[in-house]
Amino acid sequence: MAEDSASIRSLRSPLGRVRGMGSAKGGTHHWWMQRITSIALLPLSIWLIFSLAGLAGAGYGVVLEWIGNTFNAVLLLAFLTAAFHHAAAGLQVVIEDYVRDELKRFAAICAVNGLAVLLWLAASLSVLRIAL
Amino acid sequence: MARIKDAREAAMVGRRSDGTLTRRPLSPHLQVYDMMQMTSLLSILHRFTGVAWCGGLVLLVWWLVAAGTGQGAFAAAQWFFGSFLGWVVLFGLTIAAWYHTLAGIRHLFWDAGHGFAMEEAYRSGRMVVIGTAVLTIVTWLLILV
Repeated sequence: MAEDSASIRSLRSPLGRVRGMGSAKGGTHHWWMQRITSIALLPLSIWLIFSLAGLAGAGYGVVLEWIGNTFNAVLLLAFLTAAFHHAAAGLQVVIEDYVRDELKRFAAICAVNGLAVLLWLAASLSVLRIAL
Repeated sequence: MARIKDAREAAMVGRRSDGTLTRRPLSPHLQVYDMMQMTSLLSILHRFTGVAWCGGLVLLVWWLVAAGTGQGAFAAAQWFFGSFLGWVVLFGLTIAAWYHTLAGIRHLFWDAGHGFAMEEAYRSGRMVVIGTAVLTIVTWLLILV
Protein backbone atom coordinates (compact mmCIF):
# COMPACT_ATOMS: atom_id res chain seq x y z
CA MET A 1 0.00 0.00 0.00
CA ALA A 2 2.80 2.37 0.92
CA GLU A 3 4.56 1.43 -2.30
CA ASP A 4 1.45 2.26 -4.34
CA SER A 5 1.10 5.75 -2.94
CA ALA A 6 4.79 6.35 -3.61
CA SER A 7 4.45 5.42 -7.30
CA ILE A 8 1.42 7.70 -7.84
CA ARG A 9 2.70 10.94 -6.42
CA SER A 10 0.74 13.19 -8.71
CA LEU A 11 -2.42 13.07 -10.77
CA ARG A 12 -0.71 14.94 -13.61
CA SER A 13 0.08 12.93 -16.73
CA PRO A 14 3.76 12.40 -17.66
CA LEU A 15 3.30 14.74 -20.65
CA GLY A 16 1.71 17.42 -18.48
CA ARG A 17 4.67 17.28 -16.10
CA VAL A 18 7.39 17.70 -18.75
CA ARG A 19 5.56 20.16 -20.99
CA GLY A 20 7.45 23.44 -21.04
CA MET A 21 10.27 22.01 -18.91
CA GLY A 22 12.82 21.50 -21.68
CA SER A 23 16.07 23.42 -21.40
CA ALA A 24 15.39 25.43 -24.56
CA LYS A 25 11.66 25.99 -23.98
CA GLY A 26 11.10 28.07 -27.10
CA GLY A 27 13.12 25.84 -29.41
CA THR A 28 10.77 26.01 -32.35
CA HIS A 29 9.78 29.67 -31.94
CA HIS A 30 12.10 31.00 -34.67
CA TRP A 31 11.06 28.33 -37.17
CA TRP A 32 7.38 28.72 -36.29
CA MET A 33 7.37 32.54 -36.61
CA GLN A 34 9.02 32.23 -40.02
CA ARG A 35 6.08 30.07 -41.17
CA ILE A 36 3.46 32.31 -39.57
CA THR A 37 4.92 35.46 -41.15
CA SER A 38 5.20 33.66 -44.51
CA ILE A 39 1.48 32.83 -44.41
CA ALA A 40 0.69 36.47 -43.53
CA LEU A 41 2.97 37.66 -46.33
CA LEU A 42 1.24 35.55 -48.99
CA PRO A 43 -1.85 37.77 -49.50
CA LEU A 44 0.06 40.93 -48.48
CA SER A 45 2.81 40.39 -51.08
CA ILE A 46 0.36 39.62 -53.88
CA TRP A 47 -1.56 42.78 -52.99
CA LEU A 48 1.62 44.90 -52.81
CA ILE A 49 3.17 43.65 -56.07
CA PHE A 50 -0.01 44.29 -58.08
CA SER A 51 -0.62 47.64 -56.33
CA LEU A 52 2.91 48.88 -57.07
CA ALA A 53 2.62 47.65 -60.65
CA GLY A 54 -0.56 49.72 -60.96
CA LEU A 55 1.23 52.77 -59.51
CA ALA A 56 4.08 52.65 -62.08
CA GLY A 57 4.63 56.11 -63.54
CA ALA A 58 2.15 57.75 -61.16
CA GLY A 59 2.84 61.32 -60.01
CA TYR A 60 3.69 62.44 -56.47
CA GLY A 61 0.11 63.42 -55.65
CA VAL A 62 -1.34 60.11 -56.74
CA VAL A 63 1.27 58.17 -54.74
CA LEU A 64 0.62 60.25 -51.60
CA GLU A 65 -3.10 59.68 -52.00
CA TRP A 66 -2.57 55.94 -52.42
CA ILE A 67 -0.32 55.60 -49.34
CA GLY A 68 -2.61 57.93 -47.35
CA ASN A 69 -5.68 55.78 -48.00
CA THR A 70 -6.49 54.09 -44.67
CA PHE A 71 -6.91 50.64 -46.22
CA ASN A 72 -3.58 50.86 -48.08
CA ALA A 73 -1.76 52.36 -45.06
CA VAL A 74 -2.90 49.55 -42.76
CA LEU A 75 -1.90 46.86 -45.26
CA LEU A 76 1.44 48.61 -45.88
CA LEU A 77 2.19 48.67 -42.13
CA ALA A 78 1.16 45.02 -41.85
CA PHE A 79 3.33 44.10 -44.83
CA LEU A 80 6.35 45.99 -43.47
CA THR A 81 6.02 44.33 -40.05
CA ALA A 82 5.66 40.80 -41.40
CA ALA A 83 8.26 41.34 -44.15
CA PHE A 84 11.00 42.69 -41.87
CA HIS A 85 10.35 39.96 -39.30
CA HIS A 86 10.52 37.31 -42.03
CA ALA A 87 13.56 38.89 -43.74
CA ALA A 88 15.56 39.19 -40.50
CA ALA A 89 14.66 35.62 -39.51
CA GLY A 90 15.66 34.33 -42.96
CA LEU A 91 18.93 36.27 -43.09
CA GLN A 92 19.76 35.00 -39.59
CA VAL A 93 19.47 31.40 -40.83
CA VAL A 94 21.70 32.19 -43.81
CA ILE A 95 24.31 33.74 -41.48
CA GLU A 96 24.12 30.78 -39.09
CA ASP A 97 24.74 28.45 -42.04
CA TYR A 98 27.77 30.21 -43.48
CA VAL A 99 29.48 32.21 -40.70
CA ARG A 100 31.41 29.80 -38.49
CA ASP A 101 33.29 32.12 -36.14
CA GLU A 102 31.02 32.64 -33.13
CA LEU A 103 31.84 36.29 -32.53
CA LYS A 104 31.44 37.21 -36.19
CA ARG A 105 28.20 35.25 -36.35
CA PHE A 106 26.81 37.01 -33.28
CA ALA A 107 27.86 40.42 -34.63
CA ALA A 108 26.34 39.73 -38.05
CA ILE A 109 23.01 38.58 -36.58
CA CYS A 110 22.87 41.63 -34.30
CA ALA A 111 23.63 43.92 -37.24
CA VAL A 112 20.96 42.33 -39.44
CA ASN A 113 18.30 42.50 -36.73
CA GLY A 114 19.20 46.05 -35.75
CA LEU A 115 19.14 47.21 -39.36
CA ALA A 116 15.80 45.47 -39.92
CA VAL A 117 14.27 47.28 -36.93
CA LEU A 118 15.62 50.67 -38.06
CA LEU A 119 14.41 50.25 -41.66
CA TRP A 120 11.04 48.98 -40.46
CA LEU A 121 10.66 52.03 -38.18
CA ALA A 122 11.73 54.45 -40.93
CA ALA A 123 9.30 53.02 -43.47
CA SER A 124 6.45 52.78 -40.95
CA LEU A 125 7.01 56.36 -39.80
CA SER A 126 6.80 57.56 -43.42
CA VAL A 127 3.55 55.69 -44.00
CA LEU A 128 2.07 57.14 -40.79
CA ARG A 129 3.31 60.61 -41.66
CA ILE A 130 1.52 60.49 -45.01
CA ALA A 131 -1.59 58.75 -43.70
CA LEU A 132 -2.20 60.83 -40.58
CA MET B 1 48.78 19.21 -36.32
CA ALA B 2 47.52 22.75 -36.04
CA ARG B 3 45.60 23.70 -32.92
CA ILE B 4 41.91 22.93 -33.02
CA LYS B 5 39.82 26.09 -32.95
CA ASP B 6 36.41 24.54 -33.48
CA ALA B 7 34.97 21.73 -31.33
CA ARG B 8 33.59 20.01 -34.43
CA GLU B 9 37.13 19.43 -35.70
CA ALA B 10 37.75 17.03 -32.79
CA ALA B 11 35.77 14.44 -34.73
CA MET B 12 38.34 14.69 -37.56
CA VAL B 13 41.35 13.68 -35.43
CA GLY B 14 42.80 10.25 -36.14
CA ARG B 15 46.03 8.35 -35.50
CA ARG B 16 48.51 6.91 -37.96
CA SER B 17 49.73 3.33 -37.40
CA ASP B 18 52.84 4.74 -35.67
CA GLY B 19 50.61 6.57 -33.17
CA THR B 20 51.12 10.14 -34.41
CA LEU B 21 48.07 12.35 -34.76
CA THR B 22 46.64 13.19 -38.16
CA ARG B 23 43.62 14.91 -39.64
CA ARG B 24 41.39 12.25 -41.15
CA PRO B 25 40.29 12.82 -44.75
CA LEU B 26 36.80 14.17 -45.35
CA SER B 27 34.70 12.09 -47.71
CA PRO B 28 33.37 14.05 -50.68
CA HIS B 29 29.88 15.45 -50.24
CA LEU B 30 28.80 18.60 -52.09
CA GLN B 31 31.02 18.02 -55.10
CA VAL B 32 29.64 14.54 -55.86
CA TYR B 33 26.13 15.93 -56.42
CA ASP B 34 24.87 17.54 -59.61
CA MET B 35 23.68 20.88 -58.23
CA MET B 36 21.85 21.68 -61.45
CA GLN B 37 19.11 19.15 -60.76
CA MET B 38 15.59 20.58 -60.51
CA THR B 39 15.36 19.81 -56.77
CA SER B 40 18.68 21.27 -55.64
CA LEU B 41 18.65 24.19 -58.09
CA LEU B 42 15.18 25.34 -56.96
CA SER B 43 16.26 25.00 -53.32
CA ILE B 44 19.30 27.20 -53.94
CA LEU B 45 17.13 29.68 -55.87
CA HIS B 46 14.67 29.91 -52.97
CA ARG B 47 17.42 31.13 -50.65
CA PHE B 48 18.92 33.37 -53.34
CA THR B 49 15.59 35.04 -54.17
CA GLY B 50 14.87 35.46 -50.45
CA VAL B 51 18.12 37.39 -50.00
CA ALA B 52 17.43 39.36 -53.20
CA TRP B 53 14.01 40.33 -51.86
CA CYS B 54 15.73 41.79 -48.77
CA GLY B 55 17.42 44.18 -51.22
CA GLY B 56 14.00 44.92 -52.69
CA LEU B 57 12.70 45.67 -49.20
CA VAL B 58 15.44 48.31 -48.79
CA LEU B 59 14.32 49.90 -52.09
CA LEU B 60 10.71 49.90 -50.84
CA VAL B 61 11.86 51.70 -47.67
CA TRP B 62 13.70 54.26 -49.81
CA TRP B 63 10.57 54.82 -51.92
CA LEU B 64 8.31 55.22 -48.86
CA VAL B 65 10.73 57.48 -46.97
CA ALA B 66 11.18 59.60 -50.11
CA ALA B 67 7.41 59.90 -50.48
CA GLY B 68 7.15 60.95 -46.83
CA THR B 69 10.01 63.45 -47.11
CA GLY B 70 8.87 65.58 -50.03
CA GLN B 71 8.65 66.25 -53.74
CA GLY B 72 12.41 66.50 -54.34
CA ALA B 73 13.33 63.25 -52.56
CA PHE B 74 10.46 61.47 -54.27
CA ALA B 75 11.54 62.73 -57.71
CA ALA B 76 15.05 61.35 -57.07
CA ALA B 77 13.64 57.92 -56.16
CA GLN B 78 11.31 57.94 -59.16
CA TRP B 79 14.23 58.93 -61.39
CA PHE B 80 16.13 55.81 -60.28
CA PHE B 81 13.15 53.48 -60.67
CA GLY B 82 12.47 54.95 -64.13
CA SER B 83 16.09 54.61 -65.29
CA PHE B 84 17.39 51.66 -67.29
CA LEU B 85 19.16 50.22 -64.24
CA GLY B 86 16.02 50.74 -62.18
CA TRP B 87 13.93 48.81 -64.70
CA VAL B 88 16.43 45.93 -64.76
CA VAL B 89 16.46 45.82 -60.94
CA LEU B 90 12.66 45.98 -60.70
CA PHE B 91 12.26 43.28 -63.36
CA GLY B 92 14.70 41.04 -61.48
CA LEU B 93 12.89 41.76 -58.22
CA THR B 94 9.55 40.84 -59.81
CA ILE B 95 10.94 37.43 -60.78
CA ALA B 96 12.53 36.99 -57.32
CA ALA B 97 9.34 38.03 -55.49
CA TRP B 98 7.05 35.70 -57.44
CA TYR B 99 9.52 32.83 -57.31
CA HIS B 100 10.04 33.15 -53.53
CA THR B 101 6.27 33.45 -53.00
CA LEU B 102 5.42 30.34 -55.04
CA ALA B 103 8.37 28.30 -53.77
CA GLY B 104 7.32 29.41 -50.26
CA ILE B 105 3.87 27.86 -50.81
CA ARG B 106 5.68 24.68 -51.93
CA HIS B 107 7.68 24.75 -48.69
CA LEU B 108 4.53 25.21 -46.59
CA PHE B 109 3.06 22.09 -48.20
CA TRP B 110 6.26 20.21 -47.33
CA ASP B 111 6.07 21.54 -43.76
CA ALA B 112 2.55 20.09 -43.56
CA GLY B 113 3.95 16.74 -44.70
CA HIS B 114 2.73 16.68 -48.31
CA GLY B 115 4.45 16.28 -51.66
CA PHE B 116 7.66 14.48 -50.73
CA ALA B 117 7.41 11.75 -53.38
CA MET B 118 10.01 12.25 -56.13
CA GLU B 119 7.55 12.77 -58.97
CA GLU B 120 5.44 15.14 -56.81
CA ALA B 121 8.54 17.19 -55.96
CA TYR B 122 9.39 17.49 -59.65
CA ARG B 123 5.81 18.37 -60.54
CA SER B 124 5.52 21.10 -57.86
CA GLY B 125 8.95 22.39 -58.94
CA ARG B 126 7.80 22.72 -62.55
CA MET B 127 4.60 24.45 -61.36
CA VAL B 128 6.65 26.99 -59.40
CA VAL B 129 8.86 27.78 -62.43
CA ILE B 130 5.92 28.08 -64.84
CA GLY B 131 3.91 30.10 -62.28
CA THR B 132 6.83 32.51 -61.79
CA ALA B 133 7.07 33.10 -65.55
CA VAL B 134 3.32 33.62 -65.94
CA LEU B 135 2.95 35.97 -62.94
CA THR B 136 6.06 37.98 -63.93
CA ILE B 137 4.62 38.50 -67.42
CA VAL B 138 1.18 39.42 -66.00
CA THR B 139 2.78 41.93 -63.58
CA TRP B 140 4.77 43.60 -66.35
CA LEU B 141 1.79 43.68 -68.70
CA LEU B 142 0.02 45.57 -65.89
CA ILE B 143 2.94 48.01 -65.68
CA LEU B 144 3.42 48.55 -69.42
CA VAL B 145 -0.17 48.50 -70.67
